[in-house]
Amino acid sequence: MTDASMTDLSYPGAPEAGLKDYFALLKPRVMSLVVFTALVGLLVAPVAVNPFLGFVAILCIAVGGGASGALNMWWDADIDAIMRRTKSRPIPAGKTTPGDALALGLALSGFSVLVLFLAAGPLAAGLLAFTIFFYAVIYTMWLKRSTPQNIVIGGAAGAFPPMIGWAAATGNIAIESVLMFALTFMWTPPHFWALALFVKSDYGDAGVPMLTETHGRRSTRRHILAYTVLLVPVALGLGFTSIGGPIYLAIAVVLNLQFLGGAWQLFRRSEEQAEADGYAAEKKVFKISLGYLFLHFGALLIEAALRPWGGSWQILSGLVGA
Amino acid sequence: MRVEHELHHRRRGRNWGVGLLLVGFVALIFGLTVVKTLSLGSIVELERFDHVARPQLVPQEGAAQ
Repeated sequence: MTDASMTDLSYPGAPEAGLKDYFALLKPRVMSLVVFTALVGLLVAPVAVNPFLGFVAILCIAVGGGASGALNMWWDADIDAIMRRTKSRPIPAGKTTPGDALALGLALSGFSVLVLFLAAGPLAAGLLAFTIFFYAVIYTMWLKRSTPQNIVIGGAAGAFPPMIGWAAATGNIAIESVLMFALTFMWTPPHFWALALFVKSDYGDAGVPMLTETHGRRSTRRHILAYTVLLVPVALGLGFTSIGGPIYLAIAVVLNLQFLGGAWQLFRRSEEQAEADGYAAEKKVFKISLGYLFLHFGALLIEAALRPWGGSWQILSGLVGA
Repeated sequence: MRVEHELHHRRRGRNWGVGLLLVGFVALIFGLTVVKTLSLGSIVELERFDHVARPQLVPQEGAAQ
């Protein structure tokens, strides 16, 4: 792919980058969340989408997400080599070169935006292009190493996919898609900071400011509670839009009570208490946060699946009237 | 007799992968073309993309009478 790989000709025994190494540059685990939320955004939209166009749209969103992951690995190769969690990524492990990651990221960015434009129109393509730019440039190159609020900003890039899925189906932006964005955006900080409280990270060694290290663990606990409180009205508000309904609301109430209760518990705890029980509450809140987003989007899918029968409100009123 | 370079052996997996990706890309664009074309509905709409003068596309005077 680059001059560096040409040198392999003179070293036949040298390790060769395989397809799976290039695939690893796309951050497949992050991609799975992107695919799921984008798919929900597309399926809950009140417009029937041609299945093939829907497939192409989701593929493009996934590839675009992967492209921004490759650009992130290209730029962050220096700090990835320092941190334990990222040491085995393809570039620091010596499997691919930074140039490979840059070329792959740029090529896939162009491909995904262009094909999404052809399949779903200018708004969806424009949103995808902005998401890639936001993650690769605003987050990775600019803010990640300069502010402890980096995770909040990075979360915005991860929150765009349902909005792009919605735009691919409808060609517009609506309150429903904005709230789906806000749900993922507000969920990211408490989810990540709960993890940061019990996992010993080496971000500090790599020069990446993390809230737990710059402002301390007490402040991180306050931040978790604040973002969770702000998350609740967003999650419940979505239930009163055209894509919500009683099933979504019932699930959202339970999940938000659980999450809020967990965040309150973390806020009340001291470091000594947390250390004494091996960060049990922190681990529990992180676990709750994992199911939180998945179940909210899953509930939206259930509501959409009931739409051919008049929607869940109508089904419920029929059951109550019977 | 054709002797295959060692590099071809080493990169066989990658070459097959790239080949399959290219075939997938062609299928994707072909599928998009078919779906977009069929969704036009009317043959007149389809003919608008043909850069040839089509007298039948020009509205006829008094056609409504």
